[in-house]
Amino acid sequence: MASTTAEFRPPFATFTAPLSALLAAMFGFVVGNAYGEPWIGFLIGGILGAIIAFAIDKLPFGRTQSRLGTIVILGLAGLTTGSAGGVVSGVLIGAVLSWFIYWLDRGEYRKNVPVYYTAGQTLWHNAFMLICGLIFFFLIAPLMPVMWLSFNAQDFFTFTPEMLNFEAAGYSLKHYRNFLTTEEWMIPLKNSLIIAPIATVISVSLGTLAAIGLSQSHVPARRAIMAILISPMIVPLIISATGMFFFYAPLGNWIELNLGLSQTFVGYVKVILAHAVLGVPFVIITVTATLVGFDNSLTRAAANMGANPVTTFFRVQMPLILPGVISGGLFAFITSFDEVVVVLFVGSARQQTLPWQMFTGLREQISPTILAAATILVVISIMLLTTVELLRRRSERLRGLSPG
Amino acid sequence: MSETTQSGPMLSADGVPLKTSLARALRRQKIRALLLISPLLAFVVITFIIPIASMLFRSVENQIVSNTLPQTVAMIADVSADEATTDEMLFRVLYLDMYRAVEAKAHTRLGSRLNYEKSGISSLFRTSGRKLEDMGEDFEDFFKDADSGMVKGPFWHELMQGDGGEDLLDERLGLLTDLTSLEASDDLGFTLSGEAAALLPWASRAYADWALFTAVVDEDDVSKKKPWAGVYAALALDLADPATQSAVAAYGGSGAAELQAAVANIADMPATGFRAYFEDIDDKWVSGETWALLKVFGSQYTSGYFLNAVDMKLTPDGIEQRPDNERLYLKLFNRTLIMSMVITVSCILLGYPVAWLLANLPMRSANVLMILVLLPFWTSLLVRTSAWKVLLQQQGVINDILVWLGFVADDSRLIMMNNSTGTIIAMTHILLPFMILPLYSVMKTIPPTYLRAAKSLGATNWTAFWRVYFPQSVPGIGAGSILVFILAIGYYITPEIVGGTDGVFISNRIAYHISSSLNWGLAAALGTILLAVVMLLYWLYDRIVGIDNVKLGG
Repeated sequence: MASTTAEFRPPFATFTAPLSALLAAMFGFVVGNAYGEPWIGFLIGGILGAIIAFAIDKLPFGRTQSRLGTIVILGLAGLTTGSAGGVVSGVLIGAVLSWFIYWLDRGEYRKNVPVYYTAGQTLWHNAFMLICGLIFFFLIAPLMPVMWLSFNAQDFFTFTPEMLNFEAAGYSLKHYRNFLTTEEWMIPLKNSLIIAPIATVISVSLGTLAAIGLSQSHVPARRAIMAILISPMIVPLIISATGMFFFYAPLGNWIELNLGLSQTFVGYVKVILAHAVLGVPFVIITVTATLVGFDNSLTRAAANMGANPVTTFFRVQMPLILPGVISGGLFAFITSFDEVVVVLFVGSARQQTLPWQMFTGLREQISPTILAAATILVVISIMLLTTVELLRRRSERLRGLSPG
Repeated sequence: MSETTQSGPMLSADGVPLKTSLARALRRQKIRALLLISPLLAFVVITFIIPIASMLFRSVENQIVSNTLPQTVAMIADVSADEATTDEMLFRVLYLDMYRAVEAKAHTRLGSRLNYEKSGISSLFRTSGRKLEDMGEDFEDFFKDADSGMVKGPFWHELMQGDGGEDLLDERLGLLTDLTSLEASDDLGFTLSGEAAALLPWASRAYADWALFTAVVDEDDVSKKKPWAGVYAALALDLADPATQSAVAAYGGSGAAELQAAVANIADMPATGFRAYFEDIDDKWVSGETWALLKVFGSQYTSGYFLNAVDMKLTPDGIEQRPDNERLYLKLFNRTLIMSMVITVSCILLGYPVAWLLANLPMRSANVLMILVLLPFWTSLLVRTSAWKVLLQQQGVINDILVWLGFVADDSRLIMMNNSTGTIIAMTHILLPFMILPLYSVMKTIPPTYLRAAKSLGATNWTAFWRVYFPQSVPGIGAGSILVFILAIGYYITPEIVGGTDGVFISNRIAYHISSSLNWGLAAALGTILLAVVMLLYWLYDRIVGIDNVKLGG
């Protein structure tokens, strides 16, 4: 039974051909619409789709040949419009169409469903996959135009015709150059790189200690303490920011007057403390999650062999929970690195951070340098994400939780 | 071995009863845990919980009226507003209170505070502030004509310096420290004479106010300076009284000659009707409405900000609903709640299929797809918001594509930004990972065999899903929904950038009151209501999921 599904070919005339023609007709409709004649496009597309389907079904070509052939033919058809955009659309439509026809024709749509599934169930399965694919597209796709536009040669937030035609003149690195060479962006970047690491160190060191305390078996009022420690994540940022604004403004003035510290220094201290509090819940959550799987007999064994509590902590406990601590730290880091509202209220112009600069830039729409900054941030977050994922898997491997 | 475990309490190795020993160990363990937690707990309480609590306190705090016009507020507490408008004594006290407030530049602050309750009143305080001094100068001119020595510092210093007026001085100092919140040093550089205080009650009070202000705020030497013009008005008030005139005639202390010279010319002195004077400045001062307002908002704490936050107002006649065109906040709260719900529901609709897919795929492919969920989660909020700005604006990517394909005419591009549509789309995208992750972790624990069992018992796909799988995934939906809702309801950045005017949340209004309109009390009241809603949801979340079960990134 299983071997027959691989060779399963649905009927061509009543299944593959009409469906292929339908999809191609829809593409034709869209293309035709751009020229003001949607229904003629629909008709031509349908006929073309049926012909391609016929070719793929009857001619003795493999997958790669069939698909490449279709892509080249439609790409050439796009070339007749005379624009690079036409070629790209032709190639894209060709890729989608040839994949779809081949997928239908060779019965691959049944590959991932049990053989006993009815036609309706198979249809639903594939529709469900399509829906999920669209949702993933919704999650990821919005980031793409930002990256693309950051290479814009013009000072616009929108695509220029040159960009769409893939002409070299439409692209430049000037926004990156601007980002890397002007004080307007370098000072905020420097501030972010001062504030976030220090805030992270504070929240990680205090947070790890507290998480170890919280994971002991007898902690009085554990629930209440946990609620307090997690609250910075739950309380809306605008409320935290307002509270801290009222709290830190007089405190800062008092410190400046009585301890004689410079205004800039006090400003940094205020923002760092505020960000450290916001990072605490993330450290607590990740580290307590790591400690759930921690085998306490290891510390007892260490104590049994004469290690004092400090040695036990650094030589036995710490290496085991380190992945959790580091990923908690990365969460705390990104919280501070990404935070706008609190720094807007607590900080002064000297503590302007990168997100702050982006926020004002977006509100006043100054320059597309924001998009260059955004692209750089996306790259940074990809790196952070990779680190966290690797650490999480290492941690699970260490604790023997899962094979993945 | 067995003979040691006879009757009586069980003993541990060192001879202490085992029960005591265990209890001690337990206590030690508890203390150790608390010691580990305490640094962070103290840090969070001091830099987070206390600031928020004190911010909440601002929503009822209303000391500005009673600190700025302390004696006036105390006097009107016992009289009706209409009686107050004709009470000459009250206007004299008001003059002294106002004069001090004007010098400390506190009257405009009071004006803007009262302006939140009744618009137009701030100008009353601003203009009156300027005119109080003019009034004093009229009297100063009169005294200068009577004896030029009277408008010099030494005359006043000699007249007022002495012993016995400590009580009055302390009282006036109290009023000043309430107003400026400056601490006075122990040595003020002068003392008040009890004799002068008895002879010239108004003048000595006004002088004390001036002298304290000079010593505490300006940190100047009192003996060398000429007092405020207002002190002359107070002196005129005293000398206009026939009883004081006869007392001055009998007075023989320092400054007697000058005072007697002034009394001799008393017929030339300008009239001392303070009520008439205030009426002259602005007839709002003699209207019952103004005094009723001061009476209502004279107390130390007020429900006024909270009432404003729910579109009501506190008036002398009780609590009233604001007129239709001034109602704003209930609508905004409503909109915030409805939009947060729409966002939560869209997150459920989009997140459920994805979470199901992730939970039912083999580990390896699920991990790859998980990265697609986590990438937006890890990407800066501002990056995602700017992405939506690029996509949604009228010259943006989506409109460009639609126009290029001919579905939308170039001159009728869709408006998807600066309204609630933009906010909902962008925030659904931003909060979707917060729905997927809890859903995924719950679905991961549902054994796939249940679904197969249901189907083998004859259930259709739909029945098996709806009756068997879905009920088990409800905790995940609950956890995700509360998380998304809590985050959505307090969002600020995204609505600010893509929300325009129709798509803003209550947070944006709070930020506006903090940084632009400076109505901090109202901001605090709005914040308190928002926080109460969030706390309620937080409590629910704790009951349903447990806060220690929050998971980040799978």
